[in-house]
Amino acid sequence: MIRFTLRQFRASAATAYAAMAVIAIVLAVTGPRLAHYYDAHVVGCQAAGNCNAVTETFLGFYHAVQASLGPVLLVLPALIGIFWGAPLLAHELETGTFRLAWTQSLTRNRWLAVKMGVGGLAAMAAAGLLSLMVTWWFSPLDRWNGNRFTPAMFGERGIVPIGYAAFAFAFGVVGGLLIRRTVPAMAATLVAYLAARLGMTYLVRPHLMTPLRVTTAVLLGGKNGAAPASASTLNPQDWVLASNTINAAGHVIGQDGTITVNGTQGIMFATGPGGVSLAGVGRCPNIPAGTVPGRDPHSSSLLQACITRLGIRQELVYQPISRYWAFQGLELAIFLAAALALAGICFWWVRRRLT
Amino acid sequence: MTAALHTQDLGKRYRGRWALRGCTLTVPPGRVAGLVGPNGAGKSTLLQLAVGLLRPSAGTVEVLGGPPAHDPEQLARVGYVAQDTPVYAALSVREHLRFGAWLNPRWDNELAGRRIAQLDLDPGQRAGKLSGGQRAQLALTLALAKRPGLLILDEPVASLDPLARREFLRHLMEAVAEHEVSVLLSSHLVTDLERVCDYLIVLAAGHVQVTGEVEQLLATHHRLTGPRRDPAAMPGGQQVIEASHTDRQSTLIVRSEGPIHDPAWTVGQLSLEDVVLAYMGQANCAGQASRSGLEAVR
Repeated sequence: MIRFTLRQFRASAATAYAAMAVIAIVLAVTGPRLAHYYDAHVVGCQAAGNCNAVTETFLGFYHAVQASLGPVLLVLPALIGIFWGAPLLAHELETGTFRLAWTQSLTRNRWLAVKMGVGGLAAMAAAGLLSLMVTWWFSPLDRWNGNRFTPAMFGERGIVPIGYAAFAFAFGVVGGLLIRRTVPAMAATLVAYLAARLGMTYLVRPHLMTPLRVTTAVLLGGKNGAAPASASTLNPQDWVLASNTINAAGHVIGQDGTITVNGTQGIMFATGPGGVSLAGVGRCPNIPAGTVPGRDPHSSSLLQACITRLGIRQELVYQPISRYWAFQGLELAIFLAAALALAGICFWWVRRRLT
Repeated sequence: MTAALHTQDLGKRYRGRWALRGCTLTVPPGRVAGLVGPNGAGKSTLLQLAVGLLRPSAGTVEVLGGPPAHDPEQLARVGYVAQDTPVYAALSVREHLRFGAWLNPRWDNELAGRRIAQLDLDPGQRAGKLSGGQRAQLALTLALAKRPGLLILDEPVASLDPLARREFLRHLMEAVAEHEVSVLLSSHLVTDLERVCDYLIVLAAGHVQVTGEVEQLLATHHRLTGPRRDPAAMPGGQQVIEASHTDRQSTLIVRSEGPIHDPAWTVGQLSLEDVVLAYMGQANCAGQASRSGLEAVR
């Protein structure tokens, strides 16, 4: 049955692996140059502290490859689910060949196990290989950008694509089995894959582990009157979930070191007959009446003292980069478990319902 | 010897509707048994229950003494050609033979190769490009080379033209003679079965109407023509299958183990088709009677 499954699978697998071979060649040619440029110029300029010109060249290196690699890894599991998973059983059900297959000298369980096993392993291998190539190629850029933990990048590196591919494949198989028609099963697979990826990225992943919190002082002097604290406090590779401004009671009163008052963000002071007050929070008794805020360095330090005195702080909610591989492992496990559960449905359905 | 097929009170229900009900029959081994009935009579359902593609909703079914499709060994003992003879359109004839060889422990490669050569099929040809008759022959080859004890064919000739039909049945008969395999095949046409079957099962409206040896059926069924009389008044041992009357005359089709002695009757011969049609007609009437009975209760 394994040989027969391989024979049936040959054409579609060959297409996929040929495409991957082309990608591999492109990456093998360009990757070492990118790494070499990083070693030769970026490392040196970082040490010298002047990277503007170098960075521009570096980040623009093989721009077409950079721009297309990520989407390829995003799309691959969907293609696997649509073109390998959905037709796997739907095509046999549509054309009636399952009647031929199920009356040979092997049980349905074995038939299904081999089909799903071969397809599933090929799917996971394809995603794993492609992710390995992409992760390797991007490693100098990732070291510079430090953004591989962000939602946009997380699913395009490391081991999670293996889980996505397994899930998309298994969903395609189940969809084909329940719908019994290839094209609607393909559409259902695409929708399910997108829903699973989006739901995982924005609803589940931030809560996989309790995020860490760190509070820092709100400092005057940046954009909107306040300097964002993340750059100084956190590792630039950390995944910041929220950056809130909180008051003395710990309530969120704004974002990114600013205070939101009537829809306007900033650190705003008002001067009135009773003296100076911090908009949205309260009065600043330490500032003598008549002082015009922001006029001179002295008044600035008074305003800063008022912010500190009122207990205004910035709170960062984040997942540290040290958890990156734990997150990769957890997400892989979740998608693999979902794929196994879907495979279980297949076995149950083929044995019990399809009779 | 164990029966080729034995069912006890077998039934299959789809979403509340019984496609087959209360089916009890035994097909002795070594026969070529025909399963005949109108479209929708439950023939496919019965055959799919026999090969284990379907699971009974009621009753039991045994094939060659074992539950259908229970394990690889049992699967290996039954060859099946499904309705519309499905094959893998993208695979060549040769690859189909390989498929058979890989998936069946008792595969007879010599037999398969010889049949393909006899049929003049190009081994490199994709199965999707074969004609209906060739495809049916390929499906039969796959089922035969498995060397089964029982070969089950579901309407194998329904979609074939008369010439391909005769060719197919001729090959089937040659194979049966050569390999001593029991056969159960279905058709909605008696003429297809008449030529090849020595045992007959008539299925109509989800119920078995009659089973038996073809010769026996022909010997025990008679057409009686005579003066008009009530069919209910027939002597014991004479079962009326069909009755039609004019003002003066009655024509009855009866089943009787013994000879008909009543001189009032003119006894006529029946063809197999006459017998089958009589039983189908009876099933039809019974169905209508039970329906009108229900309406009366309501």
